Amino acid sequence: MQVLLQCVVSGILLGGLYAIIGIGLSIVFGIMKLTNIAHGTLMILSSFFIMVIVNNFIPNVFLAILVAIVLMVIVAFLFQKFLVNAVIDKGDEPALLVTFGVSICVQNILEIFFASNPQSLSATNKFAGGNIIETKLFSVPGSYFIDFVVAVIVIVALSIIMKRTDIGRAIRATSDNKRAAELMGVNTKVMFVVTMGIAMATATIAGYLVGSTFVFYSYSGSGYLIIAFGVVVIGGMGSLFGTLIGGILLGLVQLLGANFFGTGWQALTGYVFMLIILAVLPNGILGSGKRS
Amino acid sequence: MSEKDIILKVEDIEVKYGDFLAISDLSMEVERGKITTIIGANGAGKSTLLDTIMGLNKPTKGKIYMEGKDITKMKTNAIVRTGIGMAPEGSLVFEGMSVKENLLMGSYVPESRKKRAELFERVYSLFPVLKEKEKQAATFLSGGQRQMLAIARALMADPKIVICDEISLGLAPVIINDIFDKVKDINKEFGTTFIIVDQEVQRSVDNSDYSFVMVKGNIVMEGEPSKLDIDEVKDAFFGMNKYA
Ligand SMILES: Nc1ncnc2c1ncn2[C@@H]1O[C@H](COP(=O)(O)OP(=O)(O)OP(=O)(O)O)[C@@H](O)[C@H]1O
Ligand SMILES: [Mg+2]
Repeated sequence: MQVLLQCVVSGILLGGLYAIIGIGLSIVFGIMKLTNIAHGTLMILSSFFIMVIVNNFIPNVFLAILVAIVLMVIVAFLFQKFLVNAVIDKGDEPALLVTFGVSICVQNILEIFFASNPQSLSATNKFAGGNIIETKLFSVPGSYFIDFVVAVIVIVALSIIMKRTDIGRAIRATSDNKRAAELMGVNTKVMFVVTMGIAMATATIAGYLVGSTFVFYSYSGSGYLIIAFGVVVIGGMGSLFGTLIGGILLGLVQLLGANFFGTGWQALTGYVFMLIILAVLPNGILGSGKRS
Repeated sequence: MSEKDIILKVEDIEVKYGDFLAISDLSMEVERGKITTIIGANGAGKSTLLDTIMGLNKPTKGKIYMEGKDITKMKTNAIVRTGIGMAPEGSLVFEGMSVKENLLMGSYVPESRKKRAELFERVYSLFPVLKEKEKQAATFLSGGQRQMLAIARALMADPKIVICDEISLGLAPVIINDIFDKVKDINKEFGTTFIIVDQEVQRSVDNSDYSFVMVKGNIVMEGEPSKLDIDEVKDAFFGMNKYA
């Protein structure tokens, strides 16, 4: 009973981390129908950015994250404006290939600089390592707790931006009907760049949380890409709160799977669950129906 | 009569879809503050012409000027900022957004953002049903309500020119008359120029200050309602006699 309760608590909290890993993939798909294969690797790139900045330039981790966000937004701008936007009108495959190519390039660059050594940001997170709450029944690991809280804050903030601001509405309008959005005076290509910028800003936050919760390597991105896929498949592409639900469910299922079948089964139960959802609810739990 | 004040000028344009010549050597001048209608049978090229003005199609030849400024090569979103708004064929409302959000998108352009409160009042008094349905997703609107939303959304930009393609599509006759009355009100009160496409020949002529008649990608006739021979217009519309 105790173990089970612990699994549920940790699963939900881990789900928060999964959600924030998935958000960027979800909004990029939701807005521009682009499956960004580079999402995981770019997230890990931001973990490395933060690591280098903290270790060499700015010891204050909050400032370091802010600088990394700025750097990642610049990466997003270059990536979207010069690579993706150049091919996005030519069908799905070229854009998909571009993101795949970027993923491989970034991973190789990381390997040149950092080889395949394990890295960690946990020293910068004073909540990491200990428990923030301890009861007889369960405990709450500090890093998981922070992951969850930050994920919820980011999701709420994003949904406010999307619903209440002109730029947020313009982004949604672009995804709803690109032609009509242009007729409202929206520069839809700029909106794509802004969307990628937002996605990479959230990926940077995710990159920090991942890096301070787990060890990471230059090749870790692809594993997190699969988690991000899981989250959006379960929660529904393009739905912000769906992403949170998707993350929580994936976290829960993985930890329960590990509990019942052994740790080796953690990832596999997650994938099986994802396939079941895909078969039963092709648009995910909160996903909008098919779009034109 | 004094010199005409031309707000929009289309000069010798040619538009192709692949090899298909949809518009050839077409020129027209739209007078400021007037209601102009474009009449033509299905496939005459009316939507092609309007979409080309909006930059949604690019002409292979010719030029388009808005208030003397060459907008031929500009992108749609930039053309909108020169003061042309469009309620496109098939309304193209933002399905997943509420009626109010659709209207907010209508005034996305910074200059109109400042006047939002006033513009909301204006369109809500023109189309009270939109106020009623303010919070509903546009996807649940009826065909006629969508059309009203598309027109209202275009008006939310407070444009100098409003282009309505297939203004009466899916609307009941009483509502169409009502909408034309509203168009005239707006035109009188704010001096807004309208370019309207309506399938009904007589109605198009009656409700306009000036009409263009299109046949197969060309303008074959134009004039004020009093100077247009309605039978001649109908011949052109139905492709009869010399217009066959
Ligand atoms: N995207 C396109 N690709 C190829 N041909 C097109 C395209 N759009 C329109 N056409 C052709 O161009 C011609 C003019 O079409 P357009 O839609 O401009 O006519 P219209 O006058 O608006 O007709 P309607 O009254 O039916 O709306 C038609 O012959 C049409 O088949
Ligand atoms: Mg048409």
